[in-house]
Amino acid sequence: MSSKESPTKTIVVALLLSLVCSVVVSTAAIKLKPIQQKNKELDKKRNILVSAGMMDEKSSDSVEDLFSQVESKFVDLATGEFVAEPAGFDQRAFAKDSATNLSLTAEQDLGGIGTRSQIANVYIVKKDGQLDSLILPIHGKGLFSTLYGFIALDKDLKTVKGLKYYEHGETPGLGGEVENQNWLAKWPGKQVLDASGKPILALTKTPADDANEVDALSGATWTTNGVEGMVHFWLGENGFGPFLDKVRAGEI
Amino acid sequence: MAFDRQEAKAVLLGPLFNNNPIALQVLGICSALAVTVKLETAFVMSLALTAVVAFSNLLISLIRNHIPSSIRIIVQMTIIASLVILVDQVLKAYAYEISKQLAVFVGLIITNCIVMGRAEAYAMKNGPVMSFLDGIGNGLGYSILLIVVAFFRELFGSGKLWGQTIFQTVSDGGWYQTNGLLLLPASSFFIIGLLIWALRTWKTDQVEEKD
Repeated sequence: MSSKESPTKTIVVALLLSLVCSVVVSTAAIKLKPIQQKNKELDKKRNILVSAGMMDEKSSDSVEDLFSQVESKFVDLATGEFVAEPAGFDQRAFAKDSATNLSLTAEQDLGGIGTRSQIANVYIVKKDGQLDSLILPIHGKGLFSTLYGFIALDKDLKTVKGLKYYEHGETPGLGGEVENQNWLAKWPGKQVLDASGKPILALTKTPADDANEVDALSGATWTTNGVEGMVHFWLGENGFGPFLDKVRAGEI
Repeated sequence: MAFDRQEAKAVLLGPLFNNNPIALQVLGICSALAVTVKLETAFVMSLALTAVVAFSNLLISLIRNHIPSSIRIIVQMTIIASLVILVDQVLKAYAYEISKQLAVFVGLIITNCIVMGRAEAYAMKNGPVMSFLDGIGNGLGYSILLIVVAFFRELFGSGKLWGQTIFQTVSDGGWYQTNGLLLLPASSFFIIGLLIWALRTWKTDQVEEKD
């Protein structure tokens, strides 16, 4: 038997180890994938339901049951029309791919995102055949990170039903307070758009008296600006504006 | 090889206070800073690290006589990395919420000095059973410190323990003004520093000699 320091032994050990480890790792990855995927979907659905105020954050109600009331649709943001689900749709991947994204100029880019996907996945809740709420995905830059969330609009398409961020990397306790229940509770009922569909929401450091004002987060100016910017962007003419116009005109 | 109870006890319990990987060896500080804002994340991180260090010690010890010394670090890394990916995948599947909060730090167990340190210093020279115990011991030593730090940070930083409100905070309409410093990673430095001070006052043999 060759000594354990010989080149042959070294290569054999390295090969065997790599083989065993890669088999173990890939088996685990493949076996657990369905469960992980399910978790991700559930998490997304939960966030959608929470943003529309249809579910409590901590509630243990069945996400699947509640979500059956929600209709998932795909919208071409430029025209505001519904399209079929594009193959392999992933809004983040689409925003990066030059074939499926739209570059934003500095003036358009209120959310600080650079490019956006041409297609977006929106969620519609209907009651008795009538539109009840519209849930739109939004994202934009805060201080350290891109914040991802959902904003839900009431049937008048001006009033917020709820806001929920599900992914961000802002400072805990400061910008991270975008997750704070008490702050999020200030959103429902606020007027984000005026009668003509222009975004008028303002995050303010003085008492938020008007219907279009929400308290800014203290100690988190950049995050606050980011939240305001992304709401203006996504509800404005370069975001869901054309789609909201269509819905307002009754074409949904 | 006979199983020595006395030694097993020393190996298992030594790292808790006498030879704590964080407090005495000052290893693994990075994750101790990052995941201790809440008890829950600290606890899961502790479990993950303990599992990784125990099993990496066990596996490395099992094949220690076959590892050529020229590639031993790579071999250790491969085993550790595989275990970490395994833990990460399991967390993603069965504890999704927490894995979202721990995010990158589970992956960073790979570079946690405690795991590498125990593999190189202990598992390469000792039998599998002892190595496994040594891994558990060091994992627990790490866990104790992490949980104590997280206890203080969560209680005084957000007035909660394990997500349950203990002190009603001002922002929730109560009386407790939270200490924002404790929510920032740097505060762990202070807490760990104070803990090391306390530990060395109790166990004076850990105090280093003056130069």
